Amino acid sequence: MSLLVRLRPVAFVAALLVIWQVAVSLSPVHILPGPWEVVGGIVDLIQHGLLLKYVVASLFRVTWGFTLAAVLAIPAGLTIGWYGRAEMALNPIVQILRPISPLAWIPIAILWFGVGDLASIFLIFVGCFFPLVLTAINAVQSVPAVYVNAGRNFGLSPAALVYRVLYPAVIPQLLVGLRITLGVAWLVVVAAEMIAVNSGLGFLIVDARNAGNRYDLVVAGMVIIGLIGLLLDLGMRSLEKVKSLRWSYSEE
Amino acid sequence: MSLSPSPETKLTAERIGMVFKRDGNSTNVLRDINLTVGRGEFLCVLGPSGCGKSTLLNTMAGFLSPTSGEIRIDGEAVRGPDPRRIFVFQERGVFPWLTVEGNIGFGLFKLSRAEREQRIAHYVQLVGLEGFQKAYPAELSGGMKQRLEVARALAVNPDMLFLDEPFGALDSITRLTMRRELLRIWEAEKNTIIFVTHDIDEAVQLADRVAVMSDRPATIQQIVEIDIAHPRDIGSARYLELRHGIFDQLGLAHKV
Ligand SMILES: Nc1ncnc2c1ncn2[C@@H]1O[C@H](COP(=O)(O)OP(=O)(O)O)[C@@H](O)[C@H]1O
Ligand SMILES: [Mg+2]
Repeated sequence: MSLLVRLRPVAFVAALLVIWQVAVSLSPVHILPGPWEVVGGIVDLIQHGLLLKYVVASLFRVTWGFTLAAVLAIPAGLTIGWYGRAEMALNPIVQILRPISPLAWIPIAILWFGVGDLASIFLIFVGCFFPLVLTAINAVQSVPAVYVNAGRNFGLSPAALVYRVLYPAVIPQLLVGLRITLGVAWLVVVAAEMIAVNSGLGFLIVDARNAGNRYDLVVAGMVIIGLIGLLLDLGMRSLEKVKSLRWSYSEE
Repeated sequence: MSLSPSPETKLTAERIGMVFKRDGNSTNVLRDINLTVGRGEFLCVLGPSGCGKSTLLNTMAGFLSPTSGEIRIDGEAVRGPDPRRIFVFQERGVFPWLTVEGNIGFGLFKLSRAEREQRIAHYVQLVGLEGFQKAYPAELSGGMKQRLEVARALAVNPDMLFLDEPFGALDSITRLTMRRELLRIWEAEKNTIIFVTHDIDEAVQLADRVAVMSDRPATIQQIVEIDIAHPRDIGSARYLELRHGIFDQLGLAHKV
């Protein structure tokens, strides 16, 4: 039974591919390349050495933008959340900046950093920073007072209280926030690469269209983006499963 | 056989008052509480829900400063929490990210590794959690979590324990077992225990003395000495007499 259940998603994807192929071949106008053409496109990219190059370029930007945002936003958010008063002062600023799409920053990114890696890293940073600050504020504010009191009761120094109580207590919520934000980073990098650089998967998509309407490559790029996004999410989820980190999920 | 408080004084509360101010309203919770607790005594604080028992216990443990009055322990004014006196928070206080061993060893960071491990092993056994050393709290029952929290508290050798309705969330059978275990541990370790409860039977079963609190603003109405040796026969005439006395004191009827 378990094998059948596990094969179900595979069978479903296979069925969709067949429907896709049939629909494309029946359609009188050219609406989409069929799956075979897309596979051909991917092979083409591999043969030209572009696939690996573009994937690495995109992941490089995401890694930098996301890591910088996490390194700055999490300590900032934890501090703001812990000293509740700072939040009052910062709240309006965060609330105004947060709903601005990271894409709205594109002109400013180009103005400050020119066309290149820095501009797209900056855009990813902006897209990740505010959600992460808010996640960290919420995480620290939802730490039950009993844990902090128990830590103080056992005579922990303030530093020990942070790394033995506060840090483990906020980890599960932070991991969820990081996973969601990494997804955002992956969305932003594609958009940024369409405008601000000339490499990466986002660039591949606009370039393939501009340079001769190679829609097989456009869809190939989309498929690769989807697959890598899925892998990133699975990677973060496997972190959430580490036993000493996932305590809050197992409490029912 | 005499169970009267030892002559040596462990804790004194003098004219404790507590007023909470919130959104312009002020709630007068404690008023003029005076109390003396002997070294090695088991004192129960009994009162209706919401009367301020937890507030009183939190001021004694140093988590809250009273609005007026002073608490002294061993002659020193209480300024904050202290590892010599541990507060047990009704099982919710165990750290879910640590195993049973990790929780019991939590307060033992000043000991050497070998000493720490020996202490952990001792208290694992004392509270009957053998075989669960590597388990996380999520894998334990409520009663086991409660014992774990008591073990974590005892492991640092506190000379005082504050327990705030520690068995309130347990089923009635586990609760009885836990009371017996607590008495056994108290008789072995000889620490001073202040135990908050709203359960009259629990108070009369456990305590040397029961401090009966009134409704808000709470004062101590009466202190009842429970002059029955352990193990207590809860069908004995004296037990029922003391129990009825407290019922009357709280203004409760004897018939349902
Ligand atoms: N931090 C606080 N701020 C305002 N009111 C409080 C606070 N803590 C407790 N109270 C109030 O004090 C009263 C007594 O609470 P508590 O000590 O928890 O009672 P008990 O433990 O006897 O049930 C309650 O009415 C509660 O609402
Ligand atoms: Mg209470």
